[in-house]
Amino acid sequence: MIVPVTDFVRRVTRPVKAVASRLGRLDLELTERCDNDCVHCCINLPAGDAAARSREMTTGQVKKIVTEAAGLGCMQVRYTGGEPLLRPDFEELYLFARKLGMKVLIFTNARHVTPQLADLLARVPPLVTMEITVYGMRTESYEAATRSPGSYAQFRRGVDLLLDRKVPFVVKSALLPQNRSELDEFEAWAATIPWMTKRAGHSMFFDLRNRRDDPERNRLIESMRLTPEEGVALLTRDAVKYRKEMKEFGGKFMGPPGDVLFGCGAGKGLSIDAYGRAQPCMGVRAPELTVDVLESTLAQALDHFATLREMRATNPEYLRRCAKCFLKGLCEQCPAKSWAEHGTYDTPVEYLCEVAHAQARWLGWLSDGEKGWEVTEKAEWCKRVEAT
Amino acid sequence: MTAESNVGVTLESICVPSDDIVAREIEGDIVIVPLVAGIGDMDDELFTLNETGQAIWQRLDGEKSLGEVATSLAEEFEAPLEKLQADVLGFASEMTRQRILAARAGRA
Repeated sequence: MIVPVTDFVRRVTRPVKAVASRLGRLDLELTERCDNDCVHCCINLPAGDAAARSREMTTGQVKKIVTEAAGLGCMQVRYTGGEPLLRPDFEELYLFARKLGMKVLIFTNARHVTPQLADLLARVPPLVTMEITVYGMRTESYEAATRSPGSYAQFRRGVDLLLDRKVPFVVKSALLPQNRSELDEFEAWAATIPWMTKRAGHSMFFDLRNRRDDPERNRLIESMRLTPEEGVALLTRDAVKYRKEMKEFGGKFMGPPGDVLFGCGAGKGLSIDAYGRAQPCMGVRAPELTVDVLESTLAQALDHFATLREMRATNPEYLRRCAKCFLKGLCEQCPAKSWAEHGTYDTPVEYLCEVAHAQARWLGWLSDGEKGWEVTEKAEWCKRVEAT
Repeated sequence: MTAESNVGVTLESICVPSDDIVAREIEGDIVIVPLVAGIGDMDDELFTLNETGQAIWQRLDGEKSLGEVATSLAEEFEAPLEKLQADVLGFASEMTRQRILAARAGRA
């Protein structure tokens, strides 16, 4: 948005030429540790894990990376984790980025929001709305998910501090069996938060294996996943709105991706883990797509990832199905999801495929038993989407 | 807010970037990023300058008065001094009001 102030000054919500910045986005996992122990989570080493902590980037190393990012024109850094507020130098790192003229997006569970931090965020605003994940609306449900006694009270206290200081934040939930019955209550509460401009989002289609491959844990996560039909039931609670949104969305984004693997924005930004390893996105953690930016530069990492757009799928099953499937815009299948579950870039993730097909059937885009890749004519899938 | 920023600006005023903002140069543009709360009208508001605004901004070195800035611009762009004095004053007034610039009285 651009609003004239004088003939010489423009107000913008982002720099007009931001797209020309060499680095579009920087995600920094400040730690892999978390004080919650959520079973579905892929990045929650114990808060007291001394070995993990000793390997984490130092304050100076994080500052070096943020400085380099600013030099590449990056306007926003996301501080995430694990739980980024576990780092004792969080306030220092926050202020450092803000004083370089960067917006700071904070992903947190809010348990470690102190009066001092809330005051700081009110005085020096992040310029981008904080995001807080919620695991339940009551002590019993919240702590059944987080498996951390006392966590609910700390979360509520953190949220109250932010509300009191009018620090903008939004909430989203991790929808688990432990808190599913509280969905309406959560959404009603979320709607009372002044900065919630749209309905709260939910994480509900959880990855297997991702960073925490263990047969027992995978079985547990699998048991906690919504069935595709349950997922559709949730997504379509406001059926009229959902249908309208999907018709608009489908008209713009449906169509087979072909063999191009990275059709997303991966490689325009950088995701850096707690130990200084850069990846094109947080999900893809392949060794050949990892650059140690403590030993090199962000610019070198960007150069390394410039070839992403040349990468092509070779898995015959992917080429037979995903590459030809017009549900691509509806399906969460991507190299990161494939990597998380299979350790490859181009293996279909069956669960995501089933979820996408269940949605398509509900929308009337597919008949029972029909597959998205079987609708080969563009005119045909356009007609079905248009008829939504 | 700095104490200086409430001072009304005149051609004798000297203006400098406020401590309440960070000015960045990105791809040839100056992007002004609020550091503290209350700059601008929205939570996530940034500012950019057009060419004239940039030309003024780059001359705000803490030494030149606004009148000297206008003279410098008039010489470089061969434009009428009176017009540029009005432009520079308009720019500085708005930017001090927004707390993007801090003004102080210049040399007597």
